[in-house]
Amino acid sequence: MNILVLIKPTPDITKVRFDVEKGVVDRGSASLEINPFDLYAIEVAKRIKRVFGGFITSLSMAPPHAEPALRDAIARGVDRAILLSDRRFAGADTWATSYTLASAIRKLGSFNIILCGEKSVDGDTAHVGPEVAEFLGIPHVSFVTRIIDVSVDKVIVESDFGEAYYEVELKLPALIALSRPVIFRDEFIEPSMPKVSDVLRAKKAKIDVWSADQLADVADVSKFGLNGSPTRVVRAYYALEKGRETRVVKGEEGVNMILSVLRETGVIS
Amino acid sequence: MNWRGVLVYAENYSGRIHRASFELLGKARELLPRISGELFAVTVTSENKAEEYSRELIAYGADKVVEYVVEENHLTNPLIHRNALIDAIKYIKPKLVLVPATPWGRSIAPRVAASIGTGITADCLDVYVDDEGNIVQVRPAFTGNIIAHIKTLTNPVITTVRPGVFQVPSPDYGRKGEALIRSIEASGADKLRVLRVARVKTVKLSEADVIVSIGKGVRSREDIKLFEELAREIGAQLACSKPLVDMGWMERDRQVGFSGNIVKPRLYIALGISGAPQHIAGMRDSKYVVSVNIDPSAPIAKYSDLFVVGDIYDVAKKILQALRNLK
Ligand SMILES: Cc1cc2nc3c(=O)[nH]c(=O)nc-3n(C[C@H](O)[C@H](O)[C@H](O)COP(=O)(O)OP(=O)(O)OC[C@H]3O[C@@H](n4cnc5c(N)ncnc54)[C@H](O)[C@@H]3O)c2cc1C
Ligand SMILES: Nc1ncnc2c1ncn2[C@@H]1O[C@H](COP(=O)(O)O)[C@@H](O)[C@H]1O
Repeated sequence: MNILVLIKPTPDITKVRFDVEKGVVDRGSASLEINPFDLYAIEVAKRIKRVFGGFITSLSMAPPHAEPALRDAIARGVDRAILLSDRRFAGADTWATSYTLASAIRKLGSFNIILCGEKSVDGDTAHVGPEVAEFLGIPHVSFVTRIIDVSVDKVIVESDFGEAYYEVELKLPALIALSRPVIFRDEFIEPSMPKVSDVLRAKKAKIDVWSADQLADVADVSKFGLNGSPTRVVRAYYALEKGRETRVVKGEEGVNMILSVLRETGVIS
Repeated sequence: MNWRGVLVYAENYSGRIHRASFELLGKARELLPRISGELFAVTVTSENKAEEYSRELIAYGADKVVEYVVEENHLTNPLIHRNALIDAIKYIKPKLVLVPATPWGRSIAPRVAASIGTGITADCLDVYVDDEGNIVQVRPAFTGNIIAHIKTLTNPVITTVRPGVFQVPSPDYGRKGEALIRSIEASGADKLRVLRVARVKTVKLSEADVIVSIGKGVRSREDIKLFEELAREIGAQLACSKPLVDMGWMERDRQVGFSGNIVKPRLYIALGISGAPQHIAGMRDSKYVVSVNIDPSAPIAKYSDLFVVGDIYDVAKKILQALRNLK
């Protein structure tokens, strides 16, 4: 099986600093690591490879300092990591990101299955997977919580559609976006830290870095980055600490206060 | 080319129209005077439900309903819905397309945007028209830490909107509207087959009015019973933070947060939850937040209206006792 995993290098959201005044993210404040949901995609890729044999390629579009995250991917079992990195990719929205990723996939050749995360912790959109699938003209399922079965020409998964979980059969090639927790056949998957020997091996591995020019034969380079993005951020601000006026109480008084809140909100009479 | 009006995608693969579609019709009505044109709803339906759906969508504000009547086994096929929405957009040429940001909507709408070659903005909390007449979409990013206002330079503007942010308008079954029937090709849709419903959700936290949510302050699986009882006594849904799902103590559908459910209850009671940003992202819009934590410096305090410093076991037992005394 020829397996491709989409990995987005993202900042650790609990460490990254925000400029509260300007509403911008201090990109230098946290190093990039593999988007947590994409770890599940890597684990599923490994399970599929274990069953069928094959090769796992990872593809990322990110700035050059994402390289350690890609070494981490190799330590975790990815066979080849490709980084699309070029100023001309910068500022891409989901449309331009997906277009770029899909172009690189086309350049790489054909894959039986493409795996990605449900969403990224910085983009929060969950749109890139489906958009990539559309650009490639293949079916996809998002919010997958279980891989029921994989064979050479199809995959059966369970997906959260919102109202219920549905069992879906896809003809390969197809793209699958993974949620968590996720089950592969009957096994619960939880990403674990790579072994020290694998970390050392990954240190020496080669990361392929591709520039925009390297995609010129398969894509329209004017559709990359901010230039190719149909959307524009016109304003941004920090949101989380919109404070409530907190009343702090202790012990017995706390219990009484909760009871009166329950009464005031009409939860109890 | 002239792009006018608003198109609302009515999600109904489950056999009923998702209430978020009605919320979007309400919002679209409000925006329409600034966008001009008509309000369209698009729906994929079986023959026998077509009329009922159209009547409902018109009652909630649609001027015209575009119906795609398909075979029963195509109702749950997302690629059929993709084909329908693409056809409807090309036919109507709306300025704005609104889709519920449910898992279903977030799976279909991006395919449509990629195919048409237009911008899409995800999981929006608001949509407005600015002074220059541009449509602006408001959405959270960075796990809810940043709020961004986004413009789309291409047509149509496609937006997925978080369920529950807008009010459901009151329906008027006397409203007049029109149903247009169009057909679509099933081409490509056979690459995907929905085999069956694996599991219907027994709990929908996004619709809960009162929530008791437990975190790692709970020491064992066995102990969950105490908090379950508390939830039951006050008519609340029981929810939790992520670690309890990871440990297999609670089902996935009960998790609140960035990778779980976004909730907006009237009352959210957080017991033994520290208040990590990923948890806050899922409950920050609750009307009233009570939290109980042994640690006075727990970050959840900032997001609470009432913060009780205390032991959750002790507090839960005392509340239960007080409720019993009331009876
Ligand atoms: C990509 C990603 C997505 C995530 N998504 C989510 C998500 O959707 N939802 C989510 O919840 N988390 C999510 N997390 C995890 C999140 O970062 C935190 O780890 C998690 O929310 C912590 O859960 P907690 O507050 O229950 O546990 P802890 O942080 O361990 O807090 C437990 C709290 O209980 C208090 N406590 C202990 N004993 C008692 C007692 N007897 N009485 C009173 N208080 C007590 C402690 O003081 C502490 O504040 C995500 C993380 C990542 C990386
Ligand atoms: N720049 C990127 N490089 C590689 N994969 C990406 C990139 N952006 C998004 N993805 C993939 O798409 C998924 C959804 O991301 P998003 O649409 O940003 O929420 C992620 O979990 C990744 O697997």
